[in-house]
Amino acid sequence: MWQTLVRWFHKWTSPKWFYTLSKPLSFWLGWAATLLLVTALVWGLMFAPIERLQGNSYRIIFLHVPAAFLSQAIYAAIAVMGLIGLVWRIKLSFYAAKQCIPVGISMAVLALATGAIWGKPTWGTWWEWDARLTSMLVLLLLYLGLWALHNAMERPESGDRAAAILALVGVVNLPIIKFSVEWWNTLHQPATLKITEPPPMHPMMLTPLLLSILGFFLATAAWVLIRTRLEILERERKANWAREELNQMGKVE
Amino acid sequence: MTMTAILARVLRRELQLAYRRRADLVNPLLFFLIVVTLFPIGVTPDLDKLAEMAAGVLWVAALLANLLSLDLLFRSDFEDGSLEQLLLASTPPTLLVLCKVIAHWLVTGLPLTLLSPVLSVMLALPAGAVPLLMLTLALGTLTLSLIGGVGAALTVGLRKGGLLLTVLIMPMFVPVIIFGTAAVQAAGDGLPWAGQLALLAAMALGALVLTPLATVAALRIAVGD
Repeated sequence: MWQTLVRWFHKWTSPKWFYTLSKPLSFWLGWAATLLLVTALVWGLMFAPIERLQGNSYRIIFLHVPAAFLSQAIYAAIAVMGLIGLVWRIKLSFYAAKQCIPVGISMAVLALATGAIWGKPTWGTWWEWDARLTSMLVLLLLYLGLWALHNAMERPESGDRAAAILALVGVVNLPIIKFSVEWWNTLHQPATLKITEPPPMHPMMLTPLLLSILGFFLATAAWVLIRTRLEILERERKANWAREELNQMGKVE
Repeated sequence: MTMTAILARVLRRELQLAYRRRADLVNPLLFFLIVVTLFPIGVTPDLDKLAEMAAGVLWVAALLANLLSLDLLFRSDFEDGSLEQLLLASTPPTLLVLCKVIAHWLVTGLPLTLLSPVLSVMLALPAGAVPLLMLTLALGTLTLSLIGGVGAALTVGLRKGGLLLTVLIMPMFVPVIIFGTAAVQAAGDGLPWAGQLALLAAMALGALVLTPLATVAALRIAVGD
């Protein structure tokens, strides 16, 4: 039993197997995500009750919170995958970590943009040098640094390892940055959803929000799987199986 | 040779090399002076307003001057091959790298700190805050050199690493500059500042312990290429 499990896990770390095995996975994840997101957004934008103080403008929460949540989770995932790559020398881990970066950048940009749009009617300003906004901006800068480092390196293998080190240094730094900017200036309300307490939110609002977070999560997973497959094809293009695959796709070199 | 003797030699070599390239030594200081001069010209010559932002201006200028000099930290050693020897030596490379970074601080951070009282007069920083400004700059520039060392190591193999280094490392400098300026501003307003200083010292110590590990790992990538 244990042996089968280990073998199954090892299969997943091989680029070739991952390429084949992840295809149905990303297909179903993508569809589940679409279904969840459509449900959550239709529910949230049309049927959830109006908020007492903010009126309808609060409805952007169904995009804003999931994007902010994912942008932080993806950075943590990049650091973990970088560590796995550095310690156990698993190439695939580096490939996935690299392809997480653009997804993370999109999430951080989406969180900042929706936050600005939300800030205008509620705070009366597009941008405020508030702690959470600033730390999200710093997170975006960290993401952009990772991407720039990947692109600057001539050998992609060195880019992988260098970016992993940078991501690890960044992940140690992130709590310090978060704490320091919080101490520096705070306007944003504290997080409403906490694991430790029951949420102070009406279930008609909370349910679509949770569905939306889950939908974003699955969509990110599907997106990263698809991007990682393309990365595998590019990096392993000298391998026979990858050449055959490229031939079938009509992309012969 | 004992390890202490080896480390002392590495430190001496670094200082000697720095002394022989005096132009590189002076440049960050000139840069510091020029950036600080530009602020009153660009923003306002009003001394009351300048006094309010003096701590921030001095800190930002010091940070930029430090960043400017970081690119040279490992470059010449990388180009002439002594970096490889450094990593192959039987002495732990983390300690050797730490020596190099401390030497870098001695020839950039420390002179910047010593120059800061003169510039703080030009920006009308309250006189009572000046000793604290020097203390925070001394601690802060050490942290900046240590964190910057990781960035310098990551970009040493690249031909145009300078600007990339800035992009990689600047976000990590945010906590240092926040607590550095906060301490000086608190002192200027007559508020307690010990907490901010303690946090700054804690960051310096944490960086002292952790960053050499990342720096060495990054240097190995550059040398391996």
